Amino acid sequence: MNLIGENITYKPDDQFHLNDVSFNFKKGNLYTILGRTLSGKTTFLKTIAGLLNPDSGNLSFEDNDFIKIPVWERNVAMVYQQFINYPHLNVYENIIFPLKQRKISEDQIKKDVEEALKTVGLVGFENRKIQELSGGQQQRVALARSLAKKAKILLLDEPLVNLDYKLREQLREEFKKIFTQGLSEDTILIYSTTDPQEVMELNGEVIVLDEGKVLQKGPAKEIFENPRTLKVAEISNDPPMNILKGTKRSEKLSFENILINSPSHFKNLSDQGYNFGIRASEIKLNDQGEEFEIELAEISGSETLLHLKKGDSKVIALIEEVMNFKIHEKVKIKFNENKLYAFDQNEELVSSPYGVSHG
Amino acid sequence: MEKLYKFLKYTFIILWTVFIVAPFLWAISTSFKDFQSVNSKVTYIPWLDFEPTLEGWRVLVKSPARGGVDIVEPYFNSLFVTCTASLISIVLGTLAAYALSRFTFKAGFVRNNDITFFFISQRIMPPIVLSIPFFIFLSTIGLLDSLIGLVVVYIVLLMPIAVWIMVDFFNRVPKELDETALIDGCNPYQAFYKVVLPNSIPGLIVAGMFCIIFGWIDFFFAFILTFTEVQLLPVKVVALNSSITPWWSLSASALISVAPLIIVAFVVERYLSKGNLSGALK
Repeated sequence: MNLIGENITYKPDDQFHLNDVSFNFKKGNLYTILGRTLSGKTTFLKTIAGLLNPDSGNLSFEDNDFIKIPVWERNVAMVYQQFINYPHLNVYENIIFPLKQRKISEDQIKKDVEEALKTVGLVGFENRKIQELSGGQQQRVALARSLAKKAKILLLDEPLVNLDYKLREQLREEFKKIFTQGLSEDTILIYSTTDPQEVMELNGEVIVLDEGKVLQKGPAKEIFENPRTLKVAEISNDPPMNILKGTKRSEKLSFENILINSPSHFKNLSDQGYNFGIRASEIKLNDQGEEFEIELAEISGSETLLHLKKGDSKVIALIEEVMNFKIHEKVKIKFNENKLYAFDQNEELVSSPYGVSHG
Repeated sequence: MEKLYKFLKYTFIILWTVFIVAPFLWAISTSFKDFQSVNSKVTYIPWLDFEPTLEGWRVLVKSPARGGVDIVEPYFNSLFVTCTASLISIVLGTLAAYALSRFTFKAGFVRNNDITFFFISQRIMPPIVLSIPFFIFLSTIGLLDSLIGLVVVYIVLLMPIAVWIMVDFFNRVPKELDETALIDGCNPYQAFYKVVLPNSIPGLIVAGMFCIIFGWIDFFFAFILTFTEVQLLPVKVVALNSSITPWWSLSASALISVAPLIIVAFVVERYLSKGNLSGALK
């Protein structure tokens, strides 16, 4: 009764859009697809919707071969990153469009639309034209249309990416509420995004996608704590996890002429070269620390992002206050060695501060 | 500064309006003159300058036997040919354009763009190149000097315009709109006429306007492909001319010739300026 994909591959040109993707989605669950732009997220969702036919592989839902069913009979709903509504219809007509298409009774339509409007907070906007709404409201209409359909598969393709910062925060909170309360047990919700923070907040099952390939599957917490490869670590952190090439020698770690104590969770690692990973938030300003040169300092919200350089190594540090720095200024930083990751030469995780799951 | 700008703006608009309207005023006043009033001194104002007469207009509805040049029948012929050909061109052209915009065609080395170019290339050629093929074609199938034959020829001339405008228009309508319609339970045909078409009205109007204008003003093919059975308005208006130029009836015929286009322009203007797509589709 699940949505099952087996070895789905889609390669319309010389690049893989989907490369041997398999999954098993259960009803009543939230799945997030995390990946950079062009990693195949939209292709993935379009394949499930039926807008694209994969070159090979199987897709089945409720024990039916989904690939043989045309889009308009699949009963899925999709919200695009562009705010796609029907511009010639008003808000109410927009939301009833899919219901009318499915020949649902008038009374039921009325009830469903009212409920959907209430959920997205657009009661009173029924007769507005789409053009008169702001971007956030347009996206709410699109979401209401998808919710009113009560589709068994709900696809959201980076629904917040085109909104400004403040609206995004606000709508993200609401989405979380809708997803946890408003969804029926029957629905499979698939949400794609480039933003690791969104993935962590939505806290569903995560699929990390890169160049059409599934890199890792698992709960959000698991992806955060134990990214299986260097690539996953980069994709699932914003700013990306800092990677430093170095070596372990008994109780010491060295990189770029810096010597720090090896953390206790590294004690089983053999002495050799590693890629050490550390999150931007685990690098702190400290007068006893190592000297790095500032290449760029950006202030975002209440935080400061420092792009630092020493020798060939570049790291990004996240300072949780607004500070002014001059470019090329020297600062001293300290690495929190208890939060260090180690990836081997094949870029696979061998040790994490949260206890390694494999290696 | 503000005042100066306003002054210049309105001065320009007034001058431009005079430039546009003057020929019409001249034609209107001339159409009510007779030989005497046209060929004597310069006159403008009826009753004061000259004695108005309806002779110029009467000639247009009198049969040739009674010394007139009957343009009533050619007028309706022209209306019929233009409207029918435009309508068919818009319907076929819109369907072709939608297909070219949304689906990928491959036939040997031919791709979508080549097909679009093929349509447009019909208008790049000077029309005289097509005159002999059209003549032979129509005479072979026995449609020379007939309304249907003219409609067929005009479809060939007008459809490229419709395809060209509509391909460009559909390319600017996001594919996601069609996809959303498909996801919402429309099959491809329903997606086209329930969602894409209602949002394409500005494009359809522009295309329709161009078709009507180009169909209505064509003289060349109307002249070559008709003889005695059927005549179109532009040909008949030219036939009005004789050794003594009948300025009065020429003016009258010119006025009623442009009348349909002016009506179309006024009706269409409000749809064009509405811009009901702006902001909705990004």
